[in-house]
Order: sequence, then structure tokens, then C-alpha cells
Amino acid sequence: MPPAPPAPLEHSSAPVDAEADPLHRRFSSYLSPAVLSLQRIDEQNRQQQLQKKDGAKVPDPTTTQTKGKPRLLLMGQRRSGKSSISSVVFHKLPPSETLFLESTARIQKDSLNSFMEFQVWDFPGQIDIFDNPNFTFDMDAIFGEIGALIWVIDAQDDYLEAVARLNATILHLQRGYPHINIEVFIHKVDGLSDDYKLDIQRDVTIRIQDELSDQGIENAPVNFHLTSIYNHSIFEAFSKVIQKLIPRLGQLEAMLTNLCRTCRFEKAYLFDVNTKIYIATDSTPEDMASYEICSDYVDVIIDFTEVYGSWQRTQQWRDRLEGEPWNQPLEDQAACEWAESGMVLTDAQRPIMLREVDRFLALVAIMKEGSYDKMPQINMNVDVVVKGLTEFFEITKPKETRVTDKGVPSGGVIQT
Amino acid sequence: MSDHETATATANTSSTPRAGDAGGGALAAAQAQQAQIAQLKKVKKQKVLLMGKSGSGKSSMRSIIFSNYLARDTRRLGATIDIDLSHVKFLGNLTLNLWDCGGQEAFMENYLSQQRAHVFSNVGVLIYVFDIESRDVERDLATYVNIISALVQYSREAKVFVLIHKMDLIQPMTREDVFDHRVSVIRRKTAEAVAIVRKHKPEHQLQQHPQYYQQQHHHQQQQQQQQQFPPGGPGGAIPDIDIDMQLFATSIWDQSLYKAWASIIHDLVPNLSVIEMQLASLGVAIDADEILLFERTSFLVVSKWTSREGERNPYGDRFERMSNILKSWKHTCAKFTGTPRNAEQFSDFEYKMGANFSIFVTKFTTNTYILVCMPPGEARFNSAKLNVGAARPWFKFLDGPAVPGPASSQMGVGGAGGYGESGGGP
Repeated sequence: MPPAPPAPLEHSSAPVDAEADPLHRRFSSYLSPAVLSLQRIDEQNRQQQLQKKDGAKVPDPTTTQTKGKPRLLLMGQRRSGKSSISSVVFHKLPPSETLFLESTARIQKDSLNSFMEFQVWDFPGQIDIFDNPNFTFDMDAIFGEIGALIWVIDAQDDYLEAVARLNATILHLQRGYPHINIEVFIHKVDGLSDDYKLDIQRDVTIRIQDELSDQGIENAPVNFHLTSIYNHSIFEAFSKVIQKLIPRLGQLEAMLTNLCRTCRFEKAYLFDVNTKIYIATDSTPEDMASYEICSDYVDVIIDFTEVYGSWQRTQQWRDRLEGEPWNQPLEDQAACEWAESGMVLTDAQRPIMLREVDRFLALVAIMKEGSYDKMPQINMNVDVVVKGLTEFFEITKPKETRVTDKGVPSGGVIQT
Repeated sequence: MSDHETATATANTSSTPRAGDAGGGALAAAQAQQAQIAQLKKVKKQKVLLMGKSGSGKSSMRSIIFSNYLARDTRRLGATIDIDLSHVKFLGNLTLNLWDCGGQEAFMENYLSQQRAHVFSNVGVLIYVFDIESRDVERDLATYVNIISALVQYSREAKVFVLIHKMDLIQPMTREDVFDHRVSVIRRKTAEAVAIVRKHKPEHQLQQHPQYYQQQHHHQQQQQQQQQFPPGGPGGAIPDIDIDMQLFATSIWDQSLYKAWASIIHDLVPNLSVIEMQLASLGVAIDADEILLFERTSFLVVSKWTSREGERNPYGDRFERMSNILKSWKHTCAKFTGTPRNAEQFSDFEYKMGANFSIFVTKFTTNTYILVCMPPGEARFNSAKLNVGAARPWFKFLDGPAVPGPASSQMGVGGAGGYGESGGGP
């Protein structure tokens, strides 16, 4: 056991290293002074976090070293669209078919396997968990391991009651669980004019802020998103919510930003392929149009894979391809074991590229015009970053399990 | 980088003999068919009638296929008044004169009486659209019978495509039954109508063999395609049947529309046998598993070739699916770049799925895109791309009649030359 910790620590610095100079890989066992100091800082941070958790029973929102999987709670008035959201985002239901969803009668718990494991809890709108005469909810069970609370407000309906209930909820949570992110989805905004959308958002924001400051609560972690299941906005909003739950998002973003700079990308996204949520992007300003085209590109790739990758090729086919003049197994003939793809748009000759990172994640980037000729170099750079990303996700995983297994980790073991 | 280059070079040299063979074969074939090509070089005009009851979706499907509308945009379309005539240029040498005939009863009566000769003469194709949700089926059928009678009277060579539309409104479980039932009714009515017209004409031959009627059916697709396109290529010996009719279940909300229109277009494309043959030799030369040739704006499949291995693909509907996928991708691009929907949106797409397969879609001739699905391997992929580029001159004739007589003889030679060049390149 003692030799285990240093290994992941060395890896933890790898992405930083890789991004600094993507063209030169380092796979030596040599640890530079910078790496060593990074290790030390990392160690300190981790211990601080652990202490915090032991003491105050308050999980740090920026890390996931809690017991189970981070949990997303969907709450709001009945018929505000909670189940539709979770079906569209997590189960790929076509938006038009959400009309036929039944009203939710009890808490629906879904778990989502991806680069991180999430739980999505869909609450029935008619239950008020804070004020229920028949049944008292175990608050710790619900909010103890929570990642974020998503409150859905129907923008096309009278939302005053929803806002009042949301206020009550925030006040409750602020007492016991002040670390919980509260994400307000102002939902069903398709069909509303842009001005009207912003008016509603302003109105809701003011009502909530006023109420909170009346109660003496400042800086509550409340965020607002305008969403609709009929366009990409719901995916974008979820992306923002989930990004807040990713440990060391900053490093991921720094990696992508560096990649963008070295390879002259306009915008790069790291997508969760199944849900089309992006878990990180570079530091250039948010741009809905780029997100849309990248996420549709992921769709195109998925469709092609389904149509042409679904059947087992015959042995004859394989034998012929591996025989003369190739004399190589197919695996060696392919340059990359994961999916890679590129497309050149006619307009301004801008290329888009996609590269699979692992089973769940894909890197999608929009490149600057005319850079398609440099594709081989770009591919190498991307390879290095992908390697860094893979290591990144490897180290975030084992750590979680280790902490989980031990319950109360002793600092001594980790320090060796 | 240098790794890639050497790989490409070896692949090229190694593929030389094969490429040469294919080029030679195609050369001979091209010469043999030169007379035919020269004849077909003229722009072919086809009169296409689009008919059906008012509100059955004629203009919607036309807008989706030829004007790049999104399915949901068709809500904006109003009723067609009288006849909306449009000329659609398809590939270089085919113009579709599309007569979108407003379906309100007053118009229908007008077509059948005053404008009868004007509307129904010289028709190449009649597309008749039935609304599956229609309340008054009997009446629809009566109108249909009248139209068919008029068509047989004035253009007996015309092909008939019956689209049973809005199938998305039927429960998925019962779709097949509903469609089969409707098909049998329509066939019976058609036969009756034809029989009546023929009775008035002494020289008729009333022979209707059921096997001439091809029934489009989701599950029979594979056999059906073989039936439809025999290896020798269609166009040669079409038996003298009374009415050439195909039925399709369609909906604007899925790919079924592309399937129906691809078969409508398929029969109209000139030089089809040449295209198919050359596509096949290209496919063999580059070791592909499947090649699809798309028209540029509509992304309808003009022609396709599939290897033996490719035939094992379980997705029988993949051709129309590809049309649908690429077309919706085009919409995404248009939205992103802010260019008009009909403009060309991408020029090159490649996708390598590890050790499973590789695909590229690229701009081929001026009017077409080509999709090649092939086995994995960097070297194979790069040489295939070069070879496809070299094969472009073979398909020059798709871009239309601009090349006059003498140039057409160059086509075969130039094509083969281009091919050899790429193969022998260091």
C-alpha cells in the first residue's frame, strides 16, 4: 500500500506538464523540482479537505471526495418539466415525445454512468419536503451527498408560487447545507422573445435576491439559466451545473486552453458523448453557436458508428486485409485505437475535429481557417493532451475509491 | 508525419496493379458505351407531376427535398394555388420540371377537364400523395382513379409513385398492417382504372402479372433492391407492363421520405448503368466496403455500390439514413456559418473508427458528394482518398452536357490516365 500513493501523484502533475509542452512527452521516472513541489501542494490541499470533512461534516463542493456519487436533485412545481428534462438529457428521449410522460408520483432515482458517476433524483412537484405533515424526510439522506439542487421554473406559467417555494427551500438549505449549489432553470423559454426571456430572468433574480437579503443571507450560491428542451440550452445549462462538480476543473480548462493556443483552435470542448454535456472547455468566451455545432458533430459521429460499425466483420474479410501486401494486423494498420474524425466547412475552410478520449469522453474542437494542412501536427498535439486527460481521469477515480474504502483516511499512510 | 508519407507511398505502389486493371476494364466499358453516353449527353427534361388531395403534404415534401427546409419549417407553407411550376436541376444533365398541383377539389376538376391535355401529356413521372389520416378514403380513391385514367390516356409510359404520407401519425405497431391494407386497395383501384381506359382502345394488351408490380416494403428491402437493379443495370429490357407503379410509406419526420424520393430519382438519372459500373470498379480498386453517391443539394442517393462484406450490414435503411444525417448536418453548418441553406456547407469529412472501419465523405464532382466506407488502416485510407480524387474525371459526365462530342472520348482515357498517375506516384 505505501508505494501506491506516489504513483498517482506523479500522474497528477502529468497534465500540467503535458500542456506546458505538448510536443515533448515525458514518460521518465525522473521528477523535476516543479513536479515535486506540485506533489507537495497537492498533498496539503487534500489533507485540508479531509480535515474539513471530518470536522464539520461539510463536503467541499469543489471536490467529490464524498461517500457516494455526486447527486443532482431536480425540484420545482408540478408540471414544470423536471421529468422531461431528465428524460431528454439522460435518456435521449426526443423532446416531442415528452408530452406523453406521466406525472411523477415518487422520487425517481437514476444513476448515470459516465466519466464520473452521477445520481439524478427527480422529485415529484406536489411534495414539499420541508413542510410535510404526513412524513418527515431524512434531510441528511437527501442533501448529505448532494452535488447540486436544480430548481425548475416554468417561464410560461405564473411563476410567483414557484419563486416563493424556491425561496423557502433556499432558506432551509442555507441553515443546514450552505455549500449546496442552487441552480435555477427558468424553463420552457422556447417561443418567448429574447427580451421577454431576459425580463423574466431579471424578475426572478430580483425576487430571490430581495428575499434572501431580507433574511440576512448574502452571497448564496444561486445561479440562473434559461433553458428549453427543444434546443441546446438545456444541455448547456447542465454542462455548467456538472462542471462545478468536477474536481480540479481549472486544470482541465488550462489544458484545453493551452491546446487551443498551440494548435490555433477557436474553441475546444470535452464532451460526455452519451449526454452531450460538455465537462470542460477552454477559457475563450462562451459561444452557443460553437457548442451547437460541436454537439451536433458528436451526433453525426454516433450515427455513422451505429450504421457502419454495428456488425461483426467476417474472418475472410480480416484475413484478406491482413495478408499481402499489408502483412499486419488491422489494429496495427490503424493509427489510433479510438475514434478520430475531421471535417472541413466550406465557409472559410474552417475544420472541425473530434477525438475520442475514452469510452465516455470526446474532444471536439473548431479550428481556425486553413489549418487543415497542419492536421498531422495537430493530431500529435491532441494525442498528447488526450493522454494527459486519460491520466487526469485515472487519478481522480482511484482517489475517490480510496477515501471511500477507508472511511477515515489517516494522513500517515498517504504521506508515507 | 514522415511515417504517414511513406505509408501512403507504399500503399500507392502496391495498389497499382489493381488500379490499373480496374482502369483498363472501365476504359473498355466506357468505349463500348460511348455511343450511348453521347446520346444521353443532352440535358434530359422530365415532367414530374406531384398530385394528391389538398393538405396531404406535397409542397412540404418538395420543400424538404429540394429547398432544404427543416421538417418543422414546413408549417409555414400555405396552400398551393393552382399549379406551382419549378425547374429543379439535378446533377448536370437532368432537369426536373416539377408540377406541384394544388389539391383543392376545384383545381382537381380543372386539371381533369379544361387543362387535361396540358397537364397530363408528356408526363415522365406521377407522384401521387395519399394522406393516411384522411377521413374520406373513398373520395380520395375516386379522385385518384380519375387522375390515373387521365394519365394512362395521355402518357402511357409514365411511371407512377404512390406515397402514403404522414405515416408518423399511425401507431408504430400497426404501421405495417395499415400500409399493406392501403397498398392492396390502391393496387386494385389502379388496375380497375387502367382496365376501363384500355377497353376504349382496341390495341391494348391487358396483361397484368403481379410480379411486375414491385411493392416497397421495409422488410423486403434487400431482395427488393436486387429486383430493382439487376446487376446488368436497368434501363435495357423493361417488360411492357401496363403501369409501372411503386408504393412507399413516408413521413417528413424521418428518413422514409428520402427513401421514396431516392427511388423516384433513381429511375430518372441518365447514364445510370455507366455510373453503377464505374462506381463498382472504383470500389474494387480501393478495397471499399460501400460507396454512396449523393446529389449535392438534396443529398439523395443517386447510386450505390456495396461489397460482399458490406451487404452483411444489418441496417437495410442506411442509405436514406445517411441522406437524412448529412442533410441535418448541413442545417447545423448553415446555422453556424450563417450562409444560405442551399449553399454548399462542407467539403471534406473523414472518420476513422479505430480498428473497425474508416469513412470519408468528400466533394466529388461539381454536383455530387461521395461517401466511402472502408476497412481500417491509415495507408489504405490515404491511398483510397487519392484514388477517389483521381477517379473524378471518370464521373465528369455527371456534371452535365457542357463537354461536347470529342471531349467525351477523352473521358475514358483521361480517367484511366488519372488513375495510373495516382497509382504510380512515388
